[in-house]
Amino acid sequence: MSLTNYLVLAAILFTVGAVGVLVRRNAIVVFMCIELMLNSVNLTLVTFARSTGTLDGQVIAFFVMVVAAAEVVVGLAIIMSIYRTRRSASVDDANLLKY
Amino acid sequence: MGGIEIGTAETVVFWVLGPIALAGALGMVLARNAVHSALFLVNTMLALGVFYVVQEAPFLGAVQIIVYTGAIMILFLFVLMLVGRDSSDSVVETLRGQRVAATVLGIGFAGLVGAGIARATEGMVVTGLEGVQGGEGGAADGNIEAIAGLLFTRYLLAFEVTSALLITAAVGAMVLAHIEREPGSRLTQKERSRARFLTSDHPQTLPGPGVYARANSIAAPGRLPDGSPAEASYATGVEPQVVEELPPGDPAGDGRDPGAGRGHGPDAALGTTRGVTR
Repeated sequence: MSLTNYLVLAAILFTVGAVGVLVRRNAIVVFMCIELMLNSVNLTLVTFARSTGTLDGQVIAFFVMVVAAAEVVVGLAIIMSIYRTRRSASVDDANLLKY
Repeated sequence: MGGIEIGTAETVVFWVLGPIALAGALGMVLARNAVHSALFLVNTMLALGVFYVVQEAPFLGAVQIIVYTGAIMILFLFVLMLVGRDSSDSVVETLRGQRVAATVLGIGFAGLVGAGIARATEGMVVTGLEGVQGGEGGAADGNIEAIAGLLFTRYLLAFEVTSALLITAAVGAMVLAHIEREPGSRLTQKERSRARFLTSDHPQTLPGPGVYARANSIAAPGRLPDGSPAEASYATGVEPQVVEELPPGDPAGDGRDPGAGRGHGPDAALGTTRGVTR
């Protein structure tokens, strides 16, 4: 076992999140998949911080968490207002810019 | 430098929690119900939090559990409850073959990135964080103080900008979620009641389905006293159903409502008790 295991796990989690973004239609679930991608990147950062023996990776992961929290607040507010006007949280229904 | 050996305990933790984290991620993508997705994601995030603690980042582990699973996922659940639990995914593909293509793409991407990382970091030295956050007599007095030292010196500007980001997010959420209503634009109860009685044919509630009916289905219309179905009780969007009115073989089965105009009491309308009362 080496740190590679963590990195590969993080890569797989990132992929699962990316596939979820592509596959799912519910905007909230798509949002959760983005959260999963951010989390897996955090795992990579923490692992590399440990590998290099510096704390910068952990500090950056901390900032990622802060940005993710802010992003979730705004994103969920956007989903709420879309739901209020269209009665649907599906990303397929919000297609007014299509034509 | 030699680096640190990774102990057996950590190996065990990884091989126990790694599959759990992966199963949570897959479950989140595959679950039909959005609430289940959220709970699967909580599972994955908890596992990741333990990974942080194991990897000498106890502060980040605690923040992960408190902020991510505690705050963010609960926010997700709140919004799910507001939007409606049953607003689950449609199975219809807008672009044909998109799901399959995305899955194939994902497997390929995972293979490429995973193999690339595995080869590039083969034999990567584990320096460990003992040097920067070591305890007694070390550079700092533990993980939290070492992070604080970095945060308030080298990353001070980023830290300050973060506060601007957070206040912007809070204001943005308020602006987006707020509904503008002029004072006095909301009807009072008196005005609503007046409007209902002056304009509508039905000041009272519409008759419910299934009154005097032999079924508790919403499709069974309510009955008027003469036994005919009350049209006002038809449910919208459901074909009104003809419900059999008397049990088969009933001698008095003349097609009329058995409860109407006969002296049997309310139980007479029920076929099961009819045989007992007679």
